[in-house]
Amino acid sequence: MSKTTKQKTSIPAGAATGRPRSGTGGKDLLDALPWIAPVLALIVGVVFFPAGVMFYNSTRDISQSGIDKGPVGFDNYLEVFNFAYFWPIFGRTIIWVIAVVVLTVLLSLALAQLLNKAFPGRQLVRLAVIVPWAASVVMTTMVIYYGLEPYFGIINKFLVDIGLIDTPEGFGWTRNADTAFAWSIVIAVFVSLPFTTYTILAGLQGVPGDAIEAAKMDGASPSRTYFSIVLPQLRGAISVAVLINIINVFNSLPILKVMTGSIPGYDADTIMTMIFKYIQNQHKIDVASALSVVAFVIVIVIVAIYVKVVKPMKEV
Amino acid sequence: MSTATLPEQSTHAPAVPRPPVKRKRRYTEDQVSAGKVAWRMAAGLAVLLIFILPYLIMFFGSVKSKSEIRSVDPTYLPTEWRWENYITMWSTPETPLVQNLVSTIIISVCATLLVLLVALPAAYYTARFRFPGRMVFLFLVIVTQMLQPAVLTSGLFRQFITLGLSDTWLAMILVNAAFNLSFAVWIMHSFFAGIPKEVDEAAQIDGASRLTVLFRINLPLVWPGIVTAIVFTFVACWNEFAASLVILSTDGNQPLSVALTKFVGQYETSWHYVFGVSIVAIVPVVVLFMLIEKRLVGGLTAGSVK
Repeated sequence: MSKTTKQKTSIPAGAATGRPRSGTGGKDLLDALPWIAPVLALIVGVVFFPAGVMFYNSTRDISQSGIDKGPVGFDNYLEVFNFAYFWPIFGRTIIWVIAVVVLTVLLSLALAQLLNKAFPGRQLVRLAVIVPWAASVVMTTMVIYYGLEPYFGIINKFLVDIGLIDTPEGFGWTRNADTAFAWSIVIAVFVSLPFTTYTILAGLQGVPGDAIEAAKMDGASPSRTYFSIVLPQLRGAISVAVLINIINVFNSLPILKVMTGSIPGYDADTIMTMIFKYIQNQHKIDVASALSVVAFVIVIVIVAIYVKVVKPMKEV
Repeated sequence: MSTATLPEQSTHAPAVPRPPVKRKRRYTEDQVSAGKVAWRMAAGLAVLLIFILPYLIMFFGSVKSKSEIRSVDPTYLPTEWRWENYITMWSTPETPLVQNLVSTIIISVCATLLVLLVALPAAYYTARFRFPGRMVFLFLVIVTQMLQPAVLTSGLFRQFITLGLSDTWLAMILVNAAFNLSFAVWIMHSFFAGIPKEVDEAAQIDGASRLTVLFRINLPLVWPGIVTAIVFTFVACWNEFAASLVILSTDGNQPLSVALTKFVGQYETSWHYVFGVSIVAIVPVVVLFMLIEKRLVGGLTAGSVK
């Protein structure tokens, strides 16, 4: 901020259109540095540098107490891939991401449709939909974990009361890897709905009303109107929502950690929970780094697709 | 995490407020039968109930007695309301909850302030001035937006050990700030870009300095963007879990999100306390989020904190 006098020499760009011409001279860069350097420092220091540390550690032999014993080439990667449960975990990660994202988007499309219509109390419903977005995922997951507990869980009790379960003590949902994983998908969809619904809701605002009016005049049925007029207009909003959700769901740790963390074995793990098992239970930071690199590469590929499909830079 | 693309109408939102109500009407039939409205209200009520149900269970559980919440014949509503749980819960033996709350607050507040301090100048400058590398800079910001602490935790963990920052609040303040920076830069950038440059020029002709223009003329106009950035960042930091889980090893340093997981798998989990603390942790951020609800519908959505 103390460099005010310098900035006066910079030429204000055509900011109103958001398309300043690209600059030349190094002096302009020097002028810009005090304003952008803190951001660069944080990004480089806390995002890129740890990524580098991670790559480096993935090729080292690091003892459980954290002492670096030298290079081991790709041994850590071999340990990751040769682990008997690796491919099941890999497959489960794909199921996890696809199931959660597909269910989330389909439900959000319906939800956004409802929230876009006028009815008394709509504002209240919209506010309620935000709650799982703001609330801690850990805490949301814990209340459902409690609800599913045998004997005293309230969701179990409800399922018994309406006759879906006939054992009075309820069902051991959280004691079995498959059912705990299935419920984790339900929770992940639940906490992903708010963001997705709001993104689609924002997209619906951009659908021209006269196009819908015209379709109606032509005698198109509501479903026909939706699929041929509204849905194509939502393409942008849906692709943003899908890609952000893929990243979030892939990176999600707390739901599976709470729901399946106390189940022995590796029958409900994804790549992300496996990384944390390597770090926390086995204290193998070198192997954890190797698996993190694998995860990182997957994320980078998704980001590349995101940049290509959504073209976020076009509006700069 | 947050999206980078902002719908075009958002770019002029601060300077030229448009009437949002009119736009919503466009996609709503003018004449709707009473039956349709009733159907929508019923569906709306169902949605409302489903979305707040877990938190209702949480609330009712938080005022039950320990014997009631662990009863083999569970009750939907508390038979006796134990409000004193909200006082006794803070001295539960599983984890030092008061310290966890303090830790959550300090990390979230400091990280949010750091984000604001660092992102605001960058957002302003990139929106107002051209310089070589500007696009590269903005591209870097967008890319980091897609990265989350979870995937980099093993690297962060080793780096902070090397720096002697492992198990410190400072480490988590830096992590939270770095990973939420991009959204803040992006949203404030779009607000600054939405102010016509004529506004700046007119002020400068009147003899205002660059800093005067920034603080007196621009900041009031981008204020909604700043509030949105603050709320998003704060809520994301408040709920952060993965990196804190590994980097903060001492019980007292951990935020509530990490501390509460220690109750799971206990022989006798004090669920009523877990829920009491959860309610205390959830209500403030939900209220904050509701304050910016308009901005979410308006298309500045750009984000989710999960």
